[in-house]
Amino acid sequence: MRWGVVTFPGSNDDRDALRVFATILGDEAVPLWHKDRDLRGVDAVVLPGGFSYGDYLRCGAMAARSPVMEAVVAHARAGGPVLGICNGFQILCEAGLLPGALVRNRSLSFICDVVTVRVETQDTPFTYGCRVGEVLSLPIKHGEGCWVGERDVLARLEANGQIAFRYVDRAGRVTPEANPNGSLANVAGICNEARNVVGLMPHPEHAVERLLIGEDGLRLFRSAQAWLGRPRAGLRAEPVVPGP
Amino acid sequence: MPGPGAPVLARVYVTPKRGILDPQGKAVQQSLHALGFGEVSDVTVGKYIELRLRADGAGGAESRLREMCTRLLANGVIEDYRVELVGERE
Repeated sequence: MRWGVVTFPGSNDDRDALRVFATILGDEAVPLWHKDRDLRGVDAVVLPGGFSYGDYLRCGAMAARSPVMEAVVAHARAGGPVLGICNGFQILCEAGLLPGALVRNRSLSFICDVVTVRVETQDTPFTYGCRVGEVLSLPIKHGEGCWVGERDVLARLEANGQIAFRYVDRAGRVTPEANPNGSLANVAGICNEARNVVGLMPHPEHAVERLLIGEDGLRLFRSAQAWLGRPRAGLRAEPVVPGP
Repeated sequence: MPGPGAPVLARVYVTPKRGILDPQGKAVQQSLHALGFGEVSDVTVGKYIELRLRADGAGGAESRLREMCTRLLANGVIEDYRVELVGERE
C-alpha cells in the first residue's frame, strides 16, 4: 500500500506517521509537501498532527486553504481514503471535508494523556478491521479538541452512523469523566457521509509499539490495508484483520 | 499593487456564535467576578481584524469582505462576523 503524508509548515507528527508506514507496516511512505498539487499516486492520504501555520487565525484554517488541499479534496471526492489526525482533523473540518469544528478544550488547558476510545462503526477504511464496541488505548495531546457542530449536525451524524470513535472509560462506557475536552456526545472521531474521510483527535501513529503506549493505533492502519484489498463488486466483505 | 477604486479601511469583528461553547469568555467572566466586577455577564472573546483594500464603492467593498469572511476570516460553523467600513483619504 502507498501512503501519502502531507507536511505543512508547523506539522510535527509527519515523520512519526511516515515511519509507521515504512518501518512498521513495510508499506510505501510518500512525503508530500503543502505546495504539492499532485499526490503522486498514493492510495491513502494522511494529514498529520502538529501546529500548521502556527495555528494562526484558527487551528487548521490556513492549511485547509493551501495548494495541496485541492488535490486532497479531489482524492476524497473520488472515494480515496483520507485520515486526519489531531491538527489533520482540524484541517479536514476547516476544509469542509468533515462537518463541525474543533474549539478550545472546555478546561482551557492543553491536554497530554492516554485515553480510551470506542470504535462506533466498522464502515470506514480506518475501522474496517475493528469490531464495533472495541476499546482502543490511544494518546492525545491537544488544546483545541472539543468537537462542536451546528444544532442538527450531531443528530444527523448519529443517524447516519458517522461517529467513528467516542471517548469512553476503560469498561467502554460513555461517561462525562471519560471526555477529556468537552466534545459533544464524547465524539473523538467522525467520518464524512461517503465514509472515506475520517478525522480523530487521538494519535494512532503514536501507539504502534508495545514498549510505547501499545499497538492499538495499528488497528486503524491495518484496517486501511484490508479495506484496500477488500473484495469488491457488491459482495459484502468480511473484515480480515485478526483481533488483538 | 493596489487595485482600482478608492482606499477603504475595513474592521472585521469575529465572535463565537451564540450557543457555541466559549470557554474563554466564561473564564474571563469568572476572573472579572473574582476581581469584584459582579455586574458583568455574557462575556465573549473574539477577534478583531483590520485590513485595507481598494474597492469600487461601499457595496463593492462589502461584497468582497463578505467573501473573505466566509472563505477564510470566520468559520461559519462556530463564528459570526461583522464588518465596518471606514473611508480613507488617498
